Amino acid sequence: MQNFEYFAPRSLPEALALLENTGQKVKILAGGTDLIAQLHAGRAQPAIIIDIKNIPELNRLGWDADKSLHIGAAVPISTVVDFPYFQQRFGMLHQGCSLIGSTRVRNRATIGGNVCNAAPSADSAPALLCLGTKAFVANSRGTRVVPMLDIFRGPGKTSLAANELLVELEIPAPPAHSAGCYLRHTPREEMDIAVVGVAAFLVLAPHSKTCQEARIALGAVAPTPIRVPTTEALLAGNSLNKELITQVAEKTAEAASPISDIRSSAEYRRELVRVLTRRALKAACVSLDIQIESGD
Amino acid sequence: MKKDIVLKINGEEREVTVESRQTLLDVLRNHLGLTGTKEGCGNGNCGTCTVLIDGKAVSSCLIFAVETEGHEILTIEGLAQPGKIHPVQKAFIEEGAIQCGFCSPGMILTAKAFLDTNPHPTEAEARQAIAGNLCRCTGYDKIVRAILKVGAKTL
Repeated sequence: MQNFEYFAPRSLPEALALLENTGQKVKILAGGTDLIAQLHAGRAQPAIIIDIKNIPELNRLGWDADKSLHIGAAVPISTVVDFPYFQQRFGMLHQGCSLIGSTRVRNRATIGGNVCNAAPSADSAPALLCLGTKAFVANSRGTRVVPMLDIFRGPGKTSLAANELLVELEIPAPPAHSAGCYLRHTPREEMDIAVVGVAAFLVLAPHSKTCQEARIALGAVAPTPIRVPTTEALLAGNSLNKELITQVAEKTAEAASPISDIRSSAEYRRELVRVLTRRALKAACVSLDIQIESGD
Repeated sequence: MKKDIVLKINGEEREVTVESRQTLLDVLRNHLGLTGTKEGCGNGNCGTCTVLIDGKAVSSCLIFAVETEGHEILTIEGLAQPGKIHPVQKAFIEEGAIQCGFCSPGMILTAKAFLDTNPHPTEAEARQAIAGNLCRCTGYDKIVRAILKVGAKTL
């Protein structure tokens, strides 16, 4: 591994000043479970590494008065998944985060890192997209708030400029009468990368079985994690039943643009999108006390 | 770009001069002579290099030594007390949960951290806990039995 200069700033201004002065040759180190593997493989060769784990602002984890959750970019995933009320309030994100890597990886890796590494298969991404997550991104002049969808630009690429740092994610409280589910397919249970990941999120109109709003997000079937507005629209305003869910699952599979690679053929990925979308929608329905006739 | 750091390993402070790029695994084995921690895949997949940092299992191949200053590091060498092996080690011996022994330090530390938070696990939980640790002798059944034995004993 090529050597580099290591900095571990103890304040956000110090980190941002460093970033401002060092530019393109820098890599940000949070948990390091992606970055250090990339360095071992020679796929990243930074001259400078900035370790963000000692910055207090990036270690924040807490609920706001409005029940939105703020997750600092340096907080390990295992801390987040064990955080009081996290699983109850954000079940689908809990599912996604619990699938990342292994126990060892989750003890180091961060959700911020999962986002900034920008893998199309990132297991936290589909749920973050469905939940309307906002990213707080800072440079030495100020902070901007970026919707999660605008963070991802391509495999390994984000919209963050070289002088910018992800400070935290804000996940708004889910609306009343809502539920979601994230499912993924992998050959190995731990330390594997999603062949396909599907998140489905449903909001019901009060006291009904009618879907008021739906959000569907997919991982590993496009250059970035994506939302699927065309099939979300098929659900909105309609009564939830087996036929509708089957139709939405088929249309979602058609909307995906998977590739063939070492993990799967494109055809198999498309079929997985159909099956996992149907199962995720059904699981969300079950959480909302709506029984859907079982298929598979 | 060498740096003098102080690492707290197995309850002892150890001064060591390292390069930023050196992993904790590298420093443990090649600077401090703590060769109980093994290198398998070198990229976080196999679990043989597992150590505990502040009580949590981590891959020492995916951590730079410079990141670990100020934290408590436990390696397999620090698990036994003088004259007394750790209950997890004892159970591994009793159940024959060791064949070639290469995965054992990682398995035992993973099991220790797991049992510290879940002292009486089910078999499914024990299997899930070691899902990130590979044993190429495939001695998983005996390893799981050893973990469950510790859980049953402390009931």
